[in-house]
Amino acid sequence: MNVLVHIEVREGEVKKASLKSLSEGARIASATGGKVSTVIVGKELAGAVSASKEHGAAAIYTNDSADLANYVPEGYTASLIEAADKADAQVVMIAATSQGRDLAPRVAAKMGVMLLPDVTALAVDGGELKATRPVYAGKVYITMKAKQMPVVITTRPNTFDLARNEGAGEVVAVSPSFASKVKVVEVVAAAGQKLDVAEADRIVSGGRGLKEPENFKLLEDLADKLGAAVGASRAVVDAGWRPHSEQVGQTGKTVGPSLYFAVGISGAVQHVAGMRTAKVIVAINKDADAPIFKLADYGIVGDAMEVLPALISAL
Amino acid sequence: MNIAVLVKLVPDTAAQIRLNSDRSWIETRDLNWVLSPYDEYAVEEALKTTEAKGGEVTAVTYGGDTAAEALRKALAMGAHKAIHVKKDGFTDLLGTATALADAIRNGGFDLVFAGFKATDDDCAAVGQMVATLLDMPCITEAHKLEVGDNSLRAHREIEGGYEVLEAPLPCVVTAQKGLNEPRYPSLKGIMMAKKKPIEIVTAQDVPPRVETVSLSSPPERPAGKIVGQGAEAVPELVRLLREEARVID
Repeated sequence: MNVLVHIEVREGEVKKASLKSLSEGARIASATGGKVSTVIVGKELAGAVSASKEHGAAAIYTNDSADLANYVPEGYTASLIEAADKADAQVVMIAATSQGRDLAPRVAAKMGVMLLPDVTALAVDGGELKATRPVYAGKVYITMKAKQMPVVITTRPNTFDLARNEGAGEVVAVSPSFASKVKVVEVVAAAGQKLDVAEADRIVSGGRGLKEPENFKLLEDLADKLGAAVGASRAVVDAGWRPHSEQVGQTGKTVGPSLYFAVGISGAVQHVAGMRTAKVIVAINKDADAPIFKLADYGIVGDAMEVLPALISAL
Repeated sequence: MNIAVLVKLVPDTAAQIRLNSDRSWIETRDLNWVLSPYDEYAVEEALKTTEAKGGEVTAVTYGGDTAAEALRKALAMGAHKAIHVKKDGFTDLLGTATALADAIRNGGFDLVFAGFKATDDDCAAVGQMVATLLDMPCITEAHKLEVGDNSLRAHREIEGGYEVLEAPLPCVVTAQKGLNEPRYPSLKGIMMAKKKPIEIVTAQDVPPRVETVSLSSPPERPAGKIVGQGAEAVPELVRLLREEARVID
């Protein structure tokens, strides 16, 4: 199977989730005697071109244009389709970042093919591609088989392993015509927020047990010590203590960091659905019977306001 | 301004989801069914927009007989009428999007709202697919929206910030949390919903392009340990994270 992987670039910076997608794409291509290629759209593409080569791309399709420096859905869609055509791709892979989630369904619908979104495992079995993905916010996993190719797949960030593997990396320009309808007029960085929960490898989340919105300062200090992002439960987001961008759970973000602190969070089904795939979970809660302790690798029964300062000074 | 809202009935997000006895699908007995939470934001935004600018809201859903409950919930919130695109059995994503696009193609809609994802299959794709099939612009995951006479402006969250986007009408917009505070249906709304018209159209039978191989429950996490009580347990926790779990330096 020939696999084409989209490499997302924002202001010259290559998304790690895209390189993980490429590593998995290279594995599928090599297992089936196919070739893996990449497609890169935007401006300042040099970093993405060399990263593509280092992670196995045989061909690299680029649409280098100042008009595409910000995300232009129609322009990116057309570029991916032209590259898929040139690469004779049976599988088009896109990391399920905020851009990838927007882009992939457009590519699939325009190609008239099936989309398998937010995939966490891929396998080739008897020449058929099988994809596993979480549904009901990870309460169930479903494995599906593609009955028709090509197919578009989005891969969940923080799931697949990075693998280095030098490819031929032949660069081919693509420049399809397209009618732009949606325009990004401005990109605004969130105030004060250093790390996004969706991308962070360590997360410290807080809930009602922090008692007051001001007490999230302690959680922010812990996050600083750990190089972690701050997350929040639905209860504190609904109460207006924290922005929705920080919410972890079924109606927030689904995360899979290597370390997750649940502080003053009881562990409602809604929340657990969003973080149960974290590698190591630490719970701090004053209620010894809180359901979060059933899930946590390590727990401390105690008041978050006493435990957090001790933890911050111990790190 | 005439608006279509794509809605779906899903299990309550607070529900535990278990597989049925032959593990061929989820156990649906005893589940409480709700309008997908993001669809509530979509319905609310459509109602707010027509309240400000006039026009009608048409709720549209796809699926078997029980799917119509989503339409009743949207009508109870205040939608004026509804379309039920009827189809039993499994349909793939593109098949669903195609049927919905066909149902609204000639409706003269200035705006199409949908939740950015349904909280059952979590695909987050139908809005973009419908827009692509209808050759309409599409803005996804909007958490702020201003609708003008011929165009709209929306905020969409990205990693570490947000984008400000503009698009001409007609346009498809998918709703993210934060867009508004959905209203609760009033008793009068619920009574009136029963009298509002639901048009039934039959979807084309498209063979699915994917097949379900298996379903599984997520692996159980091994039992963890309570390290101790209060601040005194902190040194031991830090030691375990360093030496046993090796997740911090």
